[in-house]
Amino acid sequence: MSPQTHAGLDYSKVDEILANYGYEKSNLIAILQKVQEVFRYLPLDVMTYIGTKIEGLSPATVYGVATFYAQFSLEPKGKYEIKVCDGTACHVRGSMPVLNAVYQCLNPVVVVNGKVYPQMTADAIKIVIATIMNEEEGK
Amino acid sequence: MTATLIDIKAEQQKVKDAIKAQGLRVLVCAGTGCVANGSLKVIEKFKELGADVRPMTHQDKVTIVPTGCHGFCEQGVLVVIPDLDVTYVKVHVEDVEEIVESHIKEGKPVERLLYVDPKTNEHVFKNEEINFYAKQTRTTLANCGEINAESLDEALSVGAYQALHKVLEKGDSQWVIDEITKSGLRGRGGGGFPTGLKWKFTAANRGGKSYVVCNGDEGDPGAFMDRSVMEGDPHKLLEGMAIAGYAIGADEAYIYVRAEYPLAIHRLRVAIAEAEKRGYLGNNIMGSDFNFTIHIKEGAGAFVCGEETALIASIEGERGMPRPKPPFPANKGLFGRPTLINNVETLANVAPIILKGADWFSSMGTEKSKGTKTFALTGEVNNTGLIEVPMGTTLREIVFDIGGGIRGGKKFKAVQIGGPSGGCLTEEHLDLPMDYDNLIAAGAMVGSGGLVVMNEDTCIVEVARFFMNFTQNESCGKCVPCREGTKNMLKILERIVKGKGEMKDLETLEELAVAVKDGSLCGLGKTAPNPVLSTLKYFRDEYIAHIKDKRCPAGVCEAMKTIHIVEELCKGCTKCARNCPVGAIEGTVRNPHHIDQSKCIKCGACLNACPFKAIRQN
Ligand SMILES: Cc1cc2nc3c(=O)[nH]c(=O)nc-3n(C[C@H](O)[C@H](O)[C@H](O)COP(=O)(O)O)c2cc1C
Repeated sequence: MSPQTHAGLDYSKVDEILANYGYEKSNLIAILQKVQEVFRYLPLDVMTYIGTKIEGLSPATVYGVATFYAQFSLEPKGKYEIKVCDGTACHVRGSMPVLNAVYQCLNPVVVVNGKVYPQMTADAIKIVIATIMNEEEGK
Repeated sequence: MTATLIDIKAEQQKVKDAIKAQGLRVLVCAGTGCVANGSLKVIEKFKELGADVRPMTHQDKVTIVPTGCHGFCEQGVLVVIPDLDVTYVKVHVEDVEEIVESHIKEGKPVERLLYVDPKTNEHVFKNEEINFYAKQTRTTLANCGEINAESLDEALSVGAYQALHKVLEKGDSQWVIDEITKSGLRGRGGGGFPTGLKWKFTAANRGGKSYVVCNGDEGDPGAFMDRSVMEGDPHKLLEGMAIAGYAIGADEAYIYVRAEYPLAIHRLRVAIAEAEKRGYLGNNIMGSDFNFTIHIKEGAGAFVCGEETALIASIEGERGMPRPKPPFPANKGLFGRPTLINNVETLANVAPIILKGADWFSSMGTEKSKGTKTFALTGEVNNTGLIEVPMGTTLREIVFDIGGGIRGGKKFKAVQIGGPSGGCLTEEHLDLPMDYDNLIAAGAMVGSGGLVVMNEDTCIVEVARFFMNFTQNESCGKCVPCREGTKNMLKILERIVKGKGEMKDLETLEELAVAVKDGSLCGLGKTAPNPVLSTLKYFRDEYIAHIKDKRCPAGVCEAMKTIHIVEELCKGCTKCARNCPVGAIEGTVRNPHHIDQSKCIKCGACLNACPFKAIRQN
């Protein structure tokens, strides 16, 4: 592991961004936006790193700012990000049925002890659980 | 003024000549709405097919101009050809060839692409004859859709920076403040505070470092006026800011734009760079000794950051939480310095006022609300989009003339105005002249200017829940009344739309509303109960229907749906009972069955199972 990387993350990009914004406290939000563009989310270690690099900031402050704004994600985002507009106009013209349809198309994934069941439905989960129960009873 | 200013009129003439040399101009809307409808492809196609065309007007050539928002977003992609006096609507890539071949070359209009008036069913050629535009007065939006928003030359051709030039020539900041005061301009950010007075307060602290801040957060989920100004005529905003800076003695400014507006951010950046490069911003503006630099700060998704003290905290890189006032930003604002905060639309009004005079501005509007106001007209009207009307225009004119009436011939029910801090207006308000004070008196507010039209199919209680859900989510959590009060109000509303409300909930809602209004630190909490209060006032019977009859009059609320068995049709085959996943259906063989509503989860399994179509949902 090179000294630049930590927990498998490349910090050279972060350094570059910090330098571009002059390590300036008031640029914290812009810095976090750029960092999120690189990693697609804000890894905890990176936030701590930023907190120690900018004068007048602490990791806690950085975390506080990151959790305040809706734009920042502290968890990795999926490969595809689906946004359904639920602004007032769309809401009145029926955005909720669309959102529900999205949920239906993207049936949730269920993981049982590490085994992945994609495209789960209400009926299918009953069968999965019944099978497990049967196995247990059979033991 | 000692320095010599450039000759702005000569500059304007130069660019006007250059634009004339462009020949036939085809304006294609490239606002956010039309881009979503494929306008970039339409522009490409026009460029490809129009390259070597000699138009029938005997002009030398055809030039394609991507513009800002025309406002008629419902009908996008919009294509306007001023020299042919025509506006085409809903243009797709496939239509471009016909427009070029038939109209531009041969002079034969493409009828099928003209707007059809829903009342007369006739084709309309000219922009100003389309019902949507006919009753509008576009001053703030005058250039939106008329010019290429990414070209300083085009802005100059329609008079950009002439007001700033006039100000620099006069060299009297007090005159500027007086003119704005006399015009009667009030803040368009929602509060309606007199702009001239705010400038005066801030100017009183001149001497050291001061800032101008433009509020482009536009957090109301139903509004997009500020976005359209930033996208469609960015120089008008920049010029207004520079004039404000001159008036209060500031040389530096910030525009705070929400990150969800990437196109606005891009166009502002382009405009600032070009204006600085050519001396309309930056140092020694137009040859004067006035310096003014504008920065852009992108928001990061927090409604409360639209509140001015929260916005300042956010520009400083902190959590966007409001703080108590005083001190007011005019005394202690950004980085602790005197700061003037104005909304985008407020600032976009400044240059026209300076150029055309305070009297011109105050000749429009009502006694205490002068000028025009832009609204984002959405919801269940035929013509949705961005509109601008004189203050005092009635709701009826907006909904039925400009909006072209309710979609699908349905019945008008109400308008929600002012977004999460606003309220409802009903039939009885259709002829009320809309201005700051009349709306407050009616329990609503101009607020952000979002105007959502609702018909008989809209559930008012659900809309109140929607807004409460929004404000509860956006409450920053700093003060308890707002944080906890909105949460509890939301819980009650959720209960009611689920059919689990009780009559005493209505009283509790009203009590909480007062507590949240009175006890909250900032405008977010102080106005959050408005949508609930105003719907309770005008549509209490709908709340009661949800609570007492467990019925949603608009038929929207899922949980209110009931499934029942029509006894006469039921043969008692038991199939429904066997298919019910929760055992909610009782009955014996060959006898009519019955659904226990307290157990029913409305999954619809029985509906599909019944071979006799005896099960109904309402
Ligand atoms: C919760 C909240 C949100 C606000 N959002 C905005 C906004 O998005 N845009 C805006 O211009 N003003 C907004 N305001 C009003 C600002 O605090 C401020 O009054 C305004 O920007 C002043 O400009 P004006 O005098 O030109 O209207 C908001 C206020 C509150 C309390």
